[in-house]
Amino acid sequence: MNLTRMELNRIRENFNARQNAASHRVIVCAGTGCRANGSLKVYEEFVRCLAHSGLDVVVELKDEDHDIFVSKSGCQGFCQLGPLVTILPEGTFYTKVKANDVEDIVETTIKRGELVHRLLYVEHGTNKACKAKDEILFYRKQHRFVLNNCGIIDPEDIREYIACGGYQASVKACFDMTPEGVCRLIEAAGLRGRGGGGFPTGNKWNLARQQASKKKYVICNGDEGDPGAFMDRCIMEGNPHSVIEGMIIAARAIDADEGYVYVRAEYPLAVKHIRKAIEDAYALGILGKRLLGSQYCFDLHVMEGAGAFVCGEETALIASMEGKRGMPSPKPPFPVRSGLWGKPTVINNVETLAAVPLIIASGPDSFRQTGTEFSPGTKTFAITGHVVNTGLIEMPFGTTLREIVYGVAGGVATADGEPASDGFKAVQIGGPSGGCLTKEHLDLPMDFDSLKGVGAMIGSGGLVVMNNNTCMVDVARFFMQFAESESCGKCVLCREGTKQMSLLLDDIVEGKATEETLDILEDLATAVQKGSLCGLGKTAPNPVLSTLRQFRDEYEAHVKFKYCPTGTCKALKKLRIDGDLCRGCMVCAKKCPVGAITGEKGKVHRIDEKLCIKCEVCVESCKFQAITGGRK
Amino acid sequence: MEALRKFEKVWEIVERNDGSAARLIPILQAVQAEYRYLPEEILAYIATSLGISPARVFGVATFYSLFTLKPKGKYVVRVCDGTACHVKKSMDLCDVLRKKLKLANGADTTTDLLFTLETVNCLGACGLAPAMVVNDEVHGQLTPDRASEIIDDIIKKEAQSESDPYGA
Repeated sequence: MNLTRMELNRIRENFNARQNAASHRVIVCAGTGCRANGSLKVYEEFVRCLAHSGLDVVVELKDEDHDIFVSKSGCQGFCQLGPLVTILPEGTFYTKVKANDVEDIVETTIKRGELVHRLLYVEHGTNKACKAKDEILFYRKQHRFVLNNCGIIDPEDIREYIACGGYQASVKACFDMTPEGVCRLIEAAGLRGRGGGGFPTGNKWNLARQQASKKKYVICNGDEGDPGAFMDRCIMEGNPHSVIEGMIIAARAIDADEGYVYVRAEYPLAVKHIRKAIEDAYALGILGKRLLGSQYCFDLHVMEGAGAFVCGEETALIASMEGKRGMPSPKPPFPVRSGLWGKPTVINNVETLAAVPLIIASGPDSFRQTGTEFSPGTKTFAITGHVVNTGLIEMPFGTTLREIVYGVAGGVATADGEPASDGFKAVQIGGPSGGCLTKEHLDLPMDFDSLKGVGAMIGSGGLVVMNNNTCMVDVARFFMQFAESESCGKCVLCREGTKQMSLLLDDIVEGKATEETLDILEDLATAVQKGSLCGLGKTAPNPVLSTLRQFRDEYEAHVKFKYCPTGTCKALKKLRIDGDLCRGCMVCAKKCPVGAITGEKGKVHRIDEKLCIKCEVCVESCKFQAITGGRK
Repeated sequence: MEALRKFEKVWEIVERNDGSAARLIPILQAVQAEYRYLPEEILAYIATSLGISPARVFGVATFYSLFTLKPKGKYVVRVCDGTACHVKKSMDLCDVLRKKLKLANGADTTTDLLFTLETVNCLGACGLAPAMVVNDEVHGQLTPDRASEIIDDIIKKEAQSESDPYGA
């Protein structure tokens, strides 16, 4: 046993002893979602209220024992019910906590050991009130591996990561393993890249390891640009040290001495937490020269993106790091041969790197016990859109879509979040590169290879559930506009093709298209798919092709009958007030944000079509259902 | 004098980044944090200090969506139009705000430079869809009414601080 291992153990034992000495620990979720709902006020109120009632409260565990420990955590994944508060050791779990609930929690739960019933989560359908996280289906059905510590530990306290066994795997990699051994172990575990490609991580490392170069780089790709995916944000915010440790191990595997974390600038909290984690790791000698008392050196920097989706593509990301426009270049040469500044470079996704220390610690066999043969382990999914419980979840590969939508997420919902059991229409998976899955795919196992078979891809794991009232043409147009605005402009097919497809889709939703438009759209989509340089262009037509294949009747309704079956497409929509039903109550006229409704009290009102923005506030506010033509 | 002082700040930023062209993006980020936009003459100045062509600096500054060559409002309102927000009708929020802020003909900044309205591809706050962010503050689970109220609150706050600049 060497010095550093002993030091890590000392920090671990000290932290755990302090935690055990406290009678209660209050964990307030301070992820982006809960913050937006005011969780920082809740946190401050806990500290104030506990101190005010004469309790011995502390916000950071140091060398003395205290009675109550209040801490902030990263995202717990159940954002829509935030702010979330957990009280240990009982594990009492409160949702939608406001600052003025805090006094009650302190009096009732912390002092008297009883529950504040109004703050418990009530399961839809069974109406069962859940006392703790593990009673809630949303959490109980998950298999939290990479996310295990996210939402529990304080991401800004390195000692807590160490207390959970953190940095032991990097000690193991530095002292007990050879670079080849590390690569072999990851290869044996069958870890595949979680960013979307699914390339075997161990292979990638091994290729970089074999390059004869004195200088090599490790890059963490945290440029999570897929709309509808936020797993990397949660990991960087909630457990940044796991990513850093993964990078230390990757550096050891390929013999690199420098690394970068490339983070989207749209994630300010993730940037802050990663920066703080790197500083703290340097201070303890976990990064830098002779890290952890070994003979190795690893310097780690943060680079903030500047808002370009294409930079998630590895060659574009490298261009961006070199201070250039983020444009992809043809492969080969692959970055493992010639990457940043022409040196061998390994680029891994956040979730992949965060899984590495866990695999090193528990071994490849244990990792292979979950998931499928060719997609071992677990995958995080961001499940959003029209489901009862939206949020971030982690499931074994091979779980069916049905289990995720109906088991974990509580089933399909209306736009207001009310359960709508038969409302399932489609799931968009894999963001702008992916496709749509429909009812017939509900029992499809979610893994890299099965999805490819039906023209979709797992991508980074964004699942957007859409109910019957979603217009699929509008969805396809949305993704095409996204691809058009994010195309870097380097190759003609992607630059011009996405633009033309976007215009064709505009024609369709505006009622200007004919049946021929659909054929042109299909031809163009196929051409862009074949002729583009990088992944962005090659996959940009996927949402169009997959919706055309699965929802052709909906496209036809738009072009043949100039009719949008869901009432979504505004140009095809006309809001009217039914003179027989209108009572002239003036509610709609007051609610209209643009003053498009006029009429005297007691008389039938009128909508000025020129002013109307078709927001349907009037439809919602009318008690007499007098306004027709809104979305279904 | 004014202009000279302007360049002094930029020079500091360039120095802090070792005058390295590879650090162009962090340099532009720091400059924009300072001025809220990238004035043209400063871009030319940066090019000269880094020993690269102005075209390369303009190329980078126009490539990334977070850089702007036009002054932005004091409050930058970014409505999320990620997939989850989009299917929860985030564009209705945009329409209402556009009308409310009287932004016509593709303008995105109000004439008094108080507000800039933009859309953003995804804030990663999908669990709170539809969402928008005002400067750094995220607002989730919005309705057109609620979004309007947030703007009203800011206008009220601004009007107060104007009539009462010392907050007494």
